[in-house]
Amino acid sequence: MTALAEPARATAALAVRDLEIAYRVRGRDREVVRGISLEIGRQASYGLVGESGCGKTTAALAIVRYLPRNGRVTAGSIEVAGRDVLALRGEALRRYRLNDVSMVYQNPGSAMNPSLRVGRQLAEVFRLRGATRSEAHERSLAALREVHIADPESVLRRYPHQLSGGMQQRVVIAMSLATNPELLILDEPTTGLDATVEAEVLELIRELQARHSTAVLFISHNLGVIRKMCARIGVLYAGELVEEGPTEEILGNPRHPYTVGLLRCIPRGGLRKDRGRLDTIPGFLPPIGASLPACVYVHRCALAQQVCHDEKPSDHPVGPEHTSRCHFHDRAQELPRATADVPAAVPIDRGGQALLELEELAKTFRQDGHEIKALGGVSAALWPGETLGLVGESGSGKTTLARTLLGIVPPTSGSVRLEGRVLPARLGERAPRDIAALQIVFQNPDSALNRRHTVRRMLKRALVKLANLRGKACDDRARDLVEAVRLPERALSTRPMALSGGQKQRVAIARAFAGEPRLVICDEPTSALDVSVQAAILNLLVDLQSSKRTSYVFISHDLGVVRYLSDRIAVLYLGRLMEFGPAETVFEPPHHPYTEALLSAVPTLEGEQRPRIALAGEIPSAANPPTGCVFHTRCPRFLGEICMNEEPPLLEDEPGHAMRCHIPIEELRRLQATPPPARTATRM
Amino acid sequence: MTRPTAIGGNMPQVPVVVEGAPPLTPALDTPKRVRRETLRQIVRSPTFVVGAIVTLFWIVCAIAGNHIAPYDPINDSFTPTYAHPTWAHPFGMDRVGRDVLSRVLVGARSVLEVAPAATLLGVTLGSALGLLMGFFGGWVDNILGRIVDAVLAVPFIVLSILVLTALSAGSEGINVSALKLILVIGIAFTPIVARTVRSAVLAERDLDYVPAARLRDEKAPYIMFSEILPNVMGPIVVEATVRLGYAVFAVATLAFVGYGPQPPSPDWGLQIAEQYADVTLAWWAVVFPALAIASLVVAINLIADTIQQVFDE
Repeated sequence: MTALAEPARATAALAVRDLEIAYRVRGRDREVVRGISLEIGRQASYGLVGESGCGKTTAALAIVRYLPRNGRVTAGSIEVAGRDVLALRGEALRRYRLNDVSMVYQNPGSAMNPSLRVGRQLAEVFRLRGATRSEAHERSLAALREVHIADPESVLRRYPHQLSGGMQQRVVIAMSLATNPELLILDEPTTGLDATVEAEVLELIRELQARHSTAVLFISHNLGVIRKMCARIGVLYAGELVEEGPTEEILGNPRHPYTVGLLRCIPRGGLRKDRGRLDTIPGFLPPIGASLPACVYVHRCALAQQVCHDEKPSDHPVGPEHTSRCHFHDRAQELPRATADVPAAVPIDRGGQALLELEELAKTFRQDGHEIKALGGVSAALWPGETLGLVGESGSGKTTLARTLLGIVPPTSGSVRLEGRVLPARLGERAPRDIAALQIVFQNPDSALNRRHTVRRMLKRALVKLANLRGKACDDRARDLVEAVRLPERALSTRPMALSGGQKQRVAIARAFAGEPRLVICDEPTSALDVSVQAAILNLLVDLQSSKRTSYVFISHDLGVVRYLSDRIAVLYLGRLMEFGPAETVFEPPHHPYTEALLSAVPTLEGEQRPRIALAGEIPSAANPPTGCVFHTRCPRFLGEICMNEEPPLLEDEPGHAMRCHIPIEELRRLQATPPPARTATRM
Repeated sequence: MTRPTAIGGNMPQVPVVVEGAPPLTPALDTPKRVRRETLRQIVRSPTFVVGAIVTLFWIVCAIAGNHIAPYDPINDSFTPTYAHPTWAHPFGMDRVGRDVLSRVLVGARSVLEVAPAATLLGVTLGSALGLLMGFFGGWVDNILGRIVDAVLAVPFIVLSILVLTALSAGSEGINVSALKLILVIGIAFTPIVARTVRSAVLAERDLDYVPAARLRDEKAPYIMFSEILPNVMGPIVVEATVRLGYAVFAVATLAFVGYGPQPPSPDWGLQIAEQYADVTLAWWAVVFPALAIASLVVAINLIADTIQQVFDE
């Protein structure tokens, strides 16, 4: 056995053994990675998942030997292709980074030098390996062609900011594979991208991995993505690998309570708020440097017994190449729920007066003499207690719609009615109670909360301005609000810096609810949060909705989340409504061809392998939208002349469900039984 | 606060771990605790300590110089004039036989009664102007910005001499009171501070807490002064300390060219102006007042450096 295992070991692309890493903060070493051992075979792909702060990126940085100055490997070994990485110094380390390993970061925009042209940065990789100027140019072109960039000559001449996020990431991937590395580390490579672009980038990575026979270490918090990309998964928690095994095994038969909890947090399989609340993982990740002598998960585990507090569990083999670091791995799936499994939605009465009516709301921005039609005539209505989901790629006008509705930017034409009354277009002209009635929870609480104000000050100011409360009544309401969003009362006297991401978002929610709003716009409120925190926030939003009958406009790129929360869904493309209807109808065929493509792009946990429908190119510029149907340039079900010349009307095909497409609904139903033929015209 | 990032902006964030915080809940730091921590960081820095000690020494001299000085800086006169430093007079004598040490110690006052007040005025006006420009943008920014550029285009020394001369019109000779100096230096600093504050405000204006405030029906002055101002205090404090150093320099320069205290005042700039022609004859009468100016400016800059580092973290 050992005789067989030894050579396999020597040729592994990456072998990490008992890796421990600490950051030196204020004179003390604080452990971040507490003994990770993993192995990635040649050409294999390995997924590392876990909440933010559990050490994923730190481990990756140690592998490329690029830890921050206060970080240090305190124990263990790292080998890439049999070479001891930790022993490398000077020129050898440089050559190692040049030839053997590459890393792709989450934000491609900041991974490139903004003041150098793409061509120069790409050529540098080849020049370093001894290519002449013209050779480097040729090879740069080839590298860009390999990542399916249609017009490589012009891309080489551009600056990074002149490329879209998806294009930037392709260039970065081209750069990192240019040297044929033994190991490619991808750290959340698609997190900032739209689902459609994400799907293309993931496919590209797979294709290139096979061609370059590179091993891949894929770091992501998105289990759907990991499932699509990796054969093996390691679940990281507080710097320890708590479970490791083949992807299907981990997702289908998880044997560690943390993995079980993580999987339950994700709204999937068409779960909706009226069918049940999401499960959450109570508690918090231990802070870095915390002393964790026994099981690292013990403080959050509902299965924990005395032995879990006393003794560190070993890696129990629980299946073929599947281990779980849990004393009770055989009972992991019996983990009790952290939240009551009760449906949390209220029925909606659409008979009465609509809460909000949008009539042909349009917004055109002017920039350098160009007109940018960000929003082109959107009409919709929303009833009390209802959630309207807004989906679409970035640039589709979701945020513009939200801001126009709130009056932050006045619309160019059209109107917003609240309970039948037309609201003034500008925020400054609206009556205080109308301002209080429409509120928003922003995507990023770090930006939405004033970091110099305490939570108490923020909430009290909102109560003074929006609910007209003073003195003791105001103090009491502030305490009620904090309690309503399930924060401890002592959070009142803290500033945002001292709160976790989820806690900050709770403060933002509490603030939005201060003036008893009728409608709250949620602009991707959970996209910056971990899944367990996301689940808790979604539960909170549903609870608040059912107790206060507040309506939501919920903007998200995560279709699972939108489906969970929304009663009706509007699909936007280039500022136009493409499809509008009840959530269930929109998610079931027949779809609008754009919706169909969006849905097919999302990597799921279920593994029902829907064939992905590739959208040609990227979303066109709103400054110069296509003629006729705005989607015709990318539509996989493109008909011909009519789509290019005539904008289809938004037609109601069944009560409450409308679509903007020249193809009749029955035809779509028939067509969507099979995937569309590929369209090859890639546009820049 | 932004943390330094090395590559790709994707370095792991090293959370601030607070000793004694209960484990397994994120530390709920109270503002007081955070402030104390910032203060501790500043006080622990050796550059700050050196700067603070020197500055404090000159402040004490400014307040109680007459009591510390071994001789009367104006009336006590010894022979011979321009005597070498001795044990009794470690800094020697000046051209009319006054004790240079005493004059240097007492001379701190005329600088330190003008420089901080001028800085305060300049920073206050500049911050207000910067807030207006950054927050409103558009034509407000354009008009104020052009005025700021125009003022900045005139060299400081020319500007202040022009204004001080104009202010003295009508009276005999040049009449420069401390109040006039404060006004002139403060106004000369305003555009510089305004520029710094404006750029800080521009970054803040794009954050979502500004629309969030508008969605509470807040008016522009509240948003500017209660929401944005506290967030740009870092750059303002740093700018203020840097300006204070320059203000000391400016007071000394103006005194040197005659726009400041008049003889027999022991002002540092004035002392140099009166005696620099004799520097080969009696270096001590010029070098010691010059060293005094330098030490105060350097000390203030050491403090500024530390504060900047702490705020930049």
